[in-house]
Amino acid sequence: MMDGGDYCKYVSKTAPRTSELKTLLAAFCVGGVICMIGQGFTDLYTYLLPDAEESMLGALTSMTMIFIGALLTGFGIYDKIGSIAGAGSIVPITGFANSIASPAMEFRKEGIIFGLMAKMFVIAGPVIVTGVVSSVIVGIIYRIIAIV
Amino acid sequence: MEWWEYLIKYGKVFLVGGAVCLIGQILINRTKMTSARILVTFLLLGVVLEAVGVFHYIKEWGGAGITVPITGFGSSLAQGAINGSKISLFHAVTFGLASVSGGLTAAIVFGFLVALIFKSKPKKL
Repeated sequence: MMDGGDYCKYVSKTAPRTSELKTLLAAFCVGGVICMIGQGFTDLYTYLLPDAEESMLGALTSMTMIFIGALLTGFGIYDKIGSIAGAGSIVPITGFANSIASPAMEFRKEGIIFGLMAKMFVIAGPVIVTGVVSSVIVGIIYRIIAIV
Repeated sequence: MEWWEYLIKYGKVFLVGGAVCLIGQILINRTKMTSARILVTFLLLGVVLEAVGVFHYIKEWGGAGITVPITGFGSSLAQGAINGSKISLFHAVTFGLASVSGGLTAAIVFGFLVALIFKSKPKKL
């Protein structure tokens, strides 16, 4: 029989360990490539829509990357990339799309409303709440500065 | 632009984008942070960098390297709030969300459609 301590040692010895350097390199390269693809779309939209404001070009790029992220999640490809790339696939905006599409797909069997629609915000919910609350704080601080 | 100028530009994007994700991977390796915490952390980083006026300089150098990661989402939120603050308090508190409405709409609609069309495959552990 093994006690708790022995078991922990046994697990840490036998569990597959990816070398840290490998995970860092994968995150760096995949993250970098995803950002280069994003830059490609920004340049493409700048070329196609020369009169558009910068904020619109940025939004279009985000929307395109989100579309790609959601679509690759649908095909099951994004999770495969994620198992290698780690943060390289989580931190880009495609990872945000994945964090919505993935639980939405998974919980669809629990119904459209309480499964798909409710569970799609399991990860994105905290992100949106943090974003909106912090932007309101920034807005109020800057408004106070503007008045004073 | 000459071809080598594009090479330098995209090289910078790769370096900055890679560096942001590298920091994320270090956080995952060292603290066992979940992806939700990672996303929230980098979003806040984007908000703070924009609010103190540093984001602009990183964007000038690294382009999509800093705007494609979720930091760009945070930056847009803060930038909207800052732009709104020049008009009134109402605009200051509502322009943040308004400025990311495109991305948010895309994420919700595409996420919804993908979940309707595709079936989830059983995950292999």
